[in-house]
Amino acid sequence: MPPKALRSPEALAAAARRRRRLEAWLPWLVIGGMFLIWEAAVRIFAIQPFILPAPSAIAASMVKWWQPLLTNSWATLLTTVIGFAMAIVFGLLLGVVIGSSVLVYRGLYPLLIAFNSVPKVAVVPILVIWFGAGFWPAVLTAFLISFFPIVVNVATGIATVEPELRDVLRALGASPTDIIRKVGLPRAMPYFFASLKVAITVAFVGSIISETVAANEGIGHLMLVASSRFDVPLVFAGLIITGVMGVAMYWVAVTIEERTTGWATRGQQDPRLAAGG
Amino acid sequence: MAQAFVDISNVAMRYGGVEGTLALKGTSLAVAEGEFVAVVGPSGCGKSTLMRLVTGLWPPTEGQVFVDGQEVDGPLSIAGMAFQNPTLLPWRNILDNVMLPLEVVQPHRGQLRAKRADYERQARELLALVGLDGFEAKFPWQLSGGMQQRASLCRALIHQPRLLMLDEPFGALDIFTREDLWAVMQKLWLARRPTVILVTHDLREAAFLADRVLVMSSRPGRIIAERRVDLPRERTMETTYTKEFQDLVHELRDRISDARDAEEIADAP
Repeated sequence: MPPKALRSPEALAAAARRRRRLEAWLPWLVIGGMFLIWEAAVRIFAIQPFILPAPSAIAASMVKWWQPLLTNSWATLLTTVIGFAMAIVFGLLLGVVIGSSVLVYRGLYPLLIAFNSVPKVAVVPILVIWFGAGFWPAVLTAFLISFFPIVVNVATGIATVEPELRDVLRALGASPTDIIRKVGLPRAMPYFFASLKVAITVAFVGSIISETVAANEGIGHLMLVASSRFDVPLVFAGLIITGVMGVAMYWVAVTIEERTTGWATRGQQDPRLAAGG
Repeated sequence: MAQAFVDISNVAMRYGGVEGTLALKGTSLAVAEGEFVAVVGPSGCGKSTLMRLVTGLWPPTEGQVFVDGQEVDGPLSIAGMAFQNPTLLPWRNILDNVMLPLEVVQPHRGQLRAKRADYERQARELLALVGLDGFEAKFPWQLSGGMQQRASLCRALIHQPRLLMLDEPFGALDIFTREDLWAVMQKLWLARRPTVILVTHDLREAAFLADRVLVMSSRPGRIIAERRVDLPRERTMETTYTKEFQDLVHELRDRISDARDAEEIADAP
């Protein structure tokens, strides 16, 4: 297409800039649009606030109840992050062990799958019996629900080291520990970060489940109390804050991922990637 | 008679238990120190198996493998290896990739921290020798396949191995790049003089690089013919157009065909 080829570099650069700006604004536009449609639908069809409150009503509720919302979401954030941190440590260790030993993999994997299939909401009462209602059941539920994806991903990364690369290192006299340190772990990092993105969001699910079953604080507890009072706008306010916290933590995980394992997304010409590694 | 540097006597290798595939049988081979030997044969003849036996990655089912007068009973740290796939680590730049063996092999491993600058200079020299100066800070995925393979050869040589095992290292490259790398490989060998065992299915490659070409039969593999290559060094692309070179390649080709015909007759019921 000759006419296109004639476009000046400046024009192409400007087009690329416009596109990048659009990409940056797109999520906000979509979210804003969703709230607008929601608001309009509630008003047009005159939906009762205790069925589906309008975003404006939810916002009003947020302003009214900002203090309990803040303290409770802080409590949820804390339990989630602690449970998530435990999942990272435990998941990495177990993932490395499972990934590097076929024997451990064969022995442990069925048990892990069985464990992961158990609905965590059924585990909370047991945790409450052991630790009492409140902080620890929430932390542990977040931990239990989020360690599995980390284990599976780290193990996959370590177990799929190319046989030839293993041979190169073994022929140099490398011990299995050397191979894991020099190749297995760095190779597993993209898998690890991919799993963190899943794990952090399900960690919120875990702690909120536990808070709705047995707790005296946290956003789950707040929503439970609000719904028992038919304060539906406040329930929705809790839901929205949970979503915001989830996105924020996801963003933290993605940022760390981009900084540390830029090599894994090679080929995508992102200036942030060229500097890292 | 003094024992050869690499001495394989009557080795057999079977995979997967008693009923498994017999990859090698009755294979014997001797390589002198500093010699460049090429092993050619049809695909699936157990060439790669031979490499793994010599480097001690796998123990033979029968027979013995000696390297430098010692029976091989585990991975050899005096060996360097390069494969068809360059297997560079994508999270390390070229310089760090080349220096990987120094982080693993003794005595370099213990000295790396103290003599880092010295080792880095050696790596840079080696990279310059294969024409990769200026690419030290690049990542493998920013390089072409041929350049990656050059870096892979440097990695195989950085710890100054006395034995270099090459498993079809140029097999995945286009013909022009491949011929460039033959020259690079010859230059490296002339500079360092390691003992080299090159496994390949390219007869021209074998004739160009080796002092001696060994022909393997199809599975179960064993050495069925041997041909010394007396072409003067340093060989160039011009060498490959000489009658001597062409005759040599023809002869190797015929021997492989003969071997395959003989097998078919032997296999017939």
